[in-house]
Amino acid sequence: MTAASEKAPEKPSEQDDLPPVPHGHVRLTIDDRVVDAPQGELLIRTCERLGIVVPRFCDHPLLDPAGACRQCLVEVEMGGRKMPKPQASCTMTVAQDMVVNTQMTSAVADKAQQGVMELLLINHPLDCPICDKGGECPLQNQAMSSGRAESRFVEEKRTFAKPLPISDEVLLDRERCVLCQRCTRFSRQIAGDQFIELLERGAHQQIGTEETAFGEGEDFQSYFSGNTIQICPVGALTSASYRFRSRPFDLVSTPGVSEHDSSGAAVRRDWRRGAVTRVLAGEDPDVNEEWIDDKTRFAFRYAQSTTRITRPLVRGDDGELHETSWTDALEHAATALLAARDGTGPAALDADGEPPGEPKRGVGVLPGGRLTIEDAYAYAKFARVALRTNDIDARARAHSGEELDFLAAHVAGTGLGVTYADLESAPAVLTVALEVEEEAPVVFLRLRKAARTGTAVHHLGQWSSPAVVKTGGRLVRSAPGREPEALATLPDDVAAALATPGAVVLVGERAAEVPGLYAAVSDLVGRTGARVAWVPRRAGERGAVDAGALPTLLPGGRPLDDVARAQLASSWGLADETALPATPGRDGAAILRAAASGELAGLVVGGVELADLPDPVLARAALREADVVVSLEQVASEVTQYADVVLPVAPVINKSGTFRNWEGRDRRFATTIDPSGGSSGRVGGTAAITLPDCRVLDTLAVEMDVDLFTQTPEVAAAELGHLGAGRPTEIGPVRGPDGSGDADGDTAAGTDGSLRLASWRQLLDGGALLIDEPELAGTARPPKIRLSTVTARRLGLVEDAMAGLEGPRGSLHLPVELADLPDDVVWAPARVPQPGGGVVTLAGLGLTHGGPARLTGGTTTDGSSA
Amino acid sequence: MGMFDGIAGFGVTFSTMFRKVVTEDYPRVKKVTAPRYHGRHQLNRHPDGLEKCVGCELCAWACPADAIYVEGGDNTDEERYSPGERYGSIYQINYLRCIGCGLCIEACPTRSLTMTNEYELADDDRQDLIYDKDRLLAPLLPGMEQPPHPMRLGENEQDYYVQGPEMARRSDVQDAVREEIQMTPEASR
Repeated sequence: MTAASEKAPEKPSEQDDLPPVPHGHVRLTIDDRVVDAPQGELLIRTCERLGIVVPRFCDHPLLDPAGACRQCLVEVEMGGRKMPKPQASCTMTVAQDMVVNTQMTSAVADKAQQGVMELLLINHPLDCPICDKGGECPLQNQAMSSGRAESRFVEEKRTFAKPLPISDEVLLDRERCVLCQRCTRFSRQIAGDQFIELLERGAHQQIGTEETAFGEGEDFQSYFSGNTIQICPVGALTSASYRFRSRPFDLVSTPGVSEHDSSGAAVRRDWRRGAVTRVLAGEDPDVNEEWIDDKTRFAFRYAQSTTRITRPLVRGDDGELHETSWTDALEHAATALLAARDGTGPAALDADGEPPGEPKRGVGVLPGGRLTIEDAYAYAKFARVALRTNDIDARARAHSGEELDFLAAHVAGTGLGVTYADLESAPAVLTVALEVEEEAPVVFLRLRKAARTGTAVHHLGQWSSPAVVKTGGRLVRSAPGREPEALATLPDDVAAALATPGAVVLVGERAAEVPGLYAAVSDLVGRTGARVAWVPRRAGERGAVDAGALPTLLPGGRPLDDVARAQLASSWGLADETALPATPGRDGAAILRAAASGELAGLVVGGVELADLPDPVLARAALREADVVVSLEQVASEVTQYADVVLPVAPVINKSGTFRNWEGRDRRFATTIDPSGGSSGRVGGTAAITLPDCRVLDTLAVEMDVDLFTQTPEVAAAELGHLGAGRPTEIGPVRGPDGSGDADGDTAAGTDGSLRLASWRQLLDGGALLIDEPELAGTARPPKIRLSTVTARRLGLVEDAMAGLEGPRGSLHLPVELADLPDDVVWAPARVPQPGGGVVTLAGLGLTHGGPARLTGGTTTDGSSA
Repeated sequence: MGMFDGIAGFGVTFSTMFRKVVTEDYPRVKKVTAPRYHGRHQLNRHPDGLEKCVGCELCAWACPADAIYVEGGDNTDEERYSPGERYGSIYQINYLRCIGCGLCIEACPTRSLTMTNEYELADDDRQDLIYDKDRLLAPLLPGMEQPPHPMRLGENEQDYYVQGPEMARRSDVQDAVREEIQMTPEASR
C-alpha cells in the first residue's frame, strides 16, 4: 500500500532487492516511483495515494467509473510497450509491471489533458463571476492548473435558455455542463431515481428530464436531488434557494449533525452574518458517506423565521402573552409549577361552583422527540427531581405500553447496536412498520447500496412503494393492522433468510400503531436470531429513550426498581431511593387524559406539535384544562396559544449537543453560530440569544430550589456518561395486548363501503422545521389516496379522480392512484399540508393505521356522496 | 553678534513672503486632484440606465480591508436591474475601512466599480460613512432610465458586453464611464 521504493524502475537489478509483492497486490511504477496496489484498484486512486493529483471531473469514489470527461488522461506502458494513446486513469485498473506517467512526468499526458480542457471549455460560458459554483469549482480550479491561459476559440458559443428549473429546488444551466454524468449516475446508482438522463447527441447533448425533453412529464422528483448539486463539478446544477445568496469565500463552514431525522447524518452548515445560507452533506463513511436527503439539506430557515420566540413570554391578567424578563418568567413558571406539583394551585383553593373534590395535583412533561440527548436528560431529571414524577414521555406520536417494553428489552442502554455497515453486509434485512425512504432516507440509501451488492431486502407493508422498488425489495404484504400475524406466518424463505447470521430486522416507531406488533417483532428476532434495530423518525427519539425521558425508564435504560433508583439517587446527590418517584409514570396519552380530566394540574411541554399526537383534540383539551402550561419552544406553535409561560430555547445551530442516532452512535456537534458572538446571532434585527433546553430547565429548577447540574450540554453529557448504562440483568418480555386487541378490524372491511386504512408519513409534509422553505415544499411528493384496482372499481373510483377519506372528525380529499394494495385497503399519507397553510392529519380526523375508514367520491358505491 | 542680528532672524520670513504660497485654501478653494486619484467609488450604469454591477463580490474578495459588503440578487423579467441573471441587491462600502488602494476596481469584471476623484469622505457619524447603493450609483444621465426596467439595448447581456464598446462610441447613447472621465473634479461635485 505504500511506495515501496523511490528508485528508478529501469534498473531491474535493484528491483530484486524490493520486498515481495503482498498477496492480492500488484507492483507498478507511477512517475518513476514503484508502488504496490491492491488488485482492481483504479489508477487514479493509486495516484492519489502517492500524492499525485490527476485532474478529473466525472470520477467520484462512491460512483461507478464512467470515463466520461476524459480529463484524467495519463500515459500507460504495458509489457514494455506504450499504449498508442493516453488512457483515462479513472477507468483503468492497476496491473503488474505497468508503467504510468502522469502529467508530472509525461509531456504527452500533459498535452492531452490541456487539449481535453480546451475542448471542455469550448462551449462553457465565461460567467464565473455570476455562477454560484465560482470560487469552489473544480472546473475553474483545474482550468487554472491544467488549462491554457488564453482561449483560442473565437467562434460563437453554443447557447441554451438558462437557468432551467428541473425541479423546484434544482436549476440546470446546460451551457456550463461538461457532461461528466455524475448527476445521472448518482440518481441511477445511489438514489435509484431515474428522473434525469442524457438527451440528444453530439454538440447538443445535454442533461434533461422528461419535462425538459418533451415539454411535459416528470421533473426531477427525487428526495436526494440536492446531492447532485453538491457533486456537480461545474455550476450546471445549482440550488434555487441558494441562488446568488453568497460566495464561498463569504461563508464560515461549521460541521454539524442532521436535526431532521434519526440518521445522525454529518452535515456542513455554511453561514454568513448570523444566518445559515446552505447546508451541505458532510463526509462520514460510517454514517451517511457523502449523501443526505433534501429535507436535511434544504430545511434550515426555521431558525431565522419571523415566528421565532426570542424573549420569555408570560400570560398576563388580560389573557395575552407579554414579553418579560427571564427572571420574571422563570419566577412565574417556578411558582406555578410548584403549586401544581403540590396540589396547592388556584383550582384547589377557589374551586367556585365545582364540588370540592380531590385537588388537581402533579405535572406531566412532554419533551417532544427533537431533543439532543443532553436536553432529553435535563427533562428526565427535571421531571424526577423537580416535579417528583415519572409522568414524562418524549414520544409525540402514536405510542403504547408495548413499545415501552420493547424499548426496555431491545433499545434502551444497549449502546451501539446494528450499524450502517452491518446493514451493508447483512445477508437479509426486513423492515417492519418502517417506510425507509420516507421515514429514514439515509438508511434507505444504505439499504439500496446493500441491495446492489446482494442483500435481500424485505419490506412488511401494504404496497410496492418507491422504497420497495428501489431497494429491489420483496414486499411481504399484509393487511394494515394484521402485521403481527404476517410476522408470525412469514414465508419460509424469508424466515430462513432472517435466520442467517448477520440478518437484521429494522422496526419503525409506527409499530406502536398496531397492537401486538412490537411483541411479534420481539418473537421473530427471538425465533430467528436476527438482530433488531429500532429506527424512529425524529432525531431525538433514541436519545430520549437512553436519557430516561420515558415513564418507565430512568436514564441509561434503568428500570424503576429500588436498586436503580438508589444508584441514581446517590449519583444525583439525593438522600436515598425514596427521593425518586417509584410508581411508573403515565405515558403521553395518559398524561393528556389526566390533564384533560382534571387530575394533573400542570404540563411542561417541549417541541411538540399537537397535530402529531395520536389525539390532537384530547391534547388541546388537556392544555386548556391544565392550570399551568409551561412551553419551551423555538417558534410560536399551537402550544403557545395555551401556554401560561413560554420560555425560548435555542435551535440546533445555536447550541452544542449530541444526537444519538438510531444505531446508538453519539453524534456530537459544536455550536454553529454562537448567539452571544456580537452580531452573529441576529434574527430579524434583534439579537436573539437563546439557550439550550438543558440550561433553561436547570435555571427553572434552581427557582424551584432544586439543582439539576445541567447548565451546559457538556456538563449534562458528562453526567449522563458518568451514569452509564444500567440495564437490568433480566429483561422482561414484550407484552402484546391481552386477547385480540385488534378485533375491530374483523368486521370492518368490505361490507358497507368501509375500508381498512394504511398510512405513514411522507418525508416532506409541512412539518414544523419546514417553514419558510417554499422551494423544498415544491419538491414534496403529491399526497394521494391509493387503492387496489378491484377496490377502486367497486367504489367507482378511477385514477386521478378526487376521493374523500371520511373520518369521525372530518374528511380529506385527495386524488386517487391505483397501486398493488390488498383489496378493501386504502392508503393515505398521515399528514397532508394544506395549500392555505396548516395541515390535516389522519389522527386529527380520528383515523388510525389498521382502523376502519370510508371513501366517498365514487360513482357506483353504496352511501357515497361527494 | 551684530546689530542686524535681530532682523537677520526674519530673513527667512521676509523671503518667504515673496514666494508662491503653498498653503491650500481648502475648503474655499478645492484642490484639483490628479486625474487618476483614488477617490470615492462609483457604481456605473449601462447607457440605458441598467446597473453594470452583477453582484459577483469579486471586489469584496479583493478588498484587503474588508470594506465592501455585497449580496447578489436574481433578476427577473418583471424586475430587472442589470443585464443577465444576477445583480447586486445590496452593495455597501465602508469608508471607515476603505484604504483607497483600488484593488476592487481591478477586480471588477464588468467595469462597474470605478473611482471618482471625490475625496471629501469625512463625517461625524460612523453609520453615515457606510455608503449604500443609493449613494454609490452613478447619477442618471440623459437617456438613462431608473431601473428596474427591461433591457433596452439588446436581446441579452451579450449585446451589452460585446457591443458595449461600440455603443459607447455612438453619439446617441451615453456612457457613464466616459462622462465620468471627461468630467472635471469640480463638476463632479
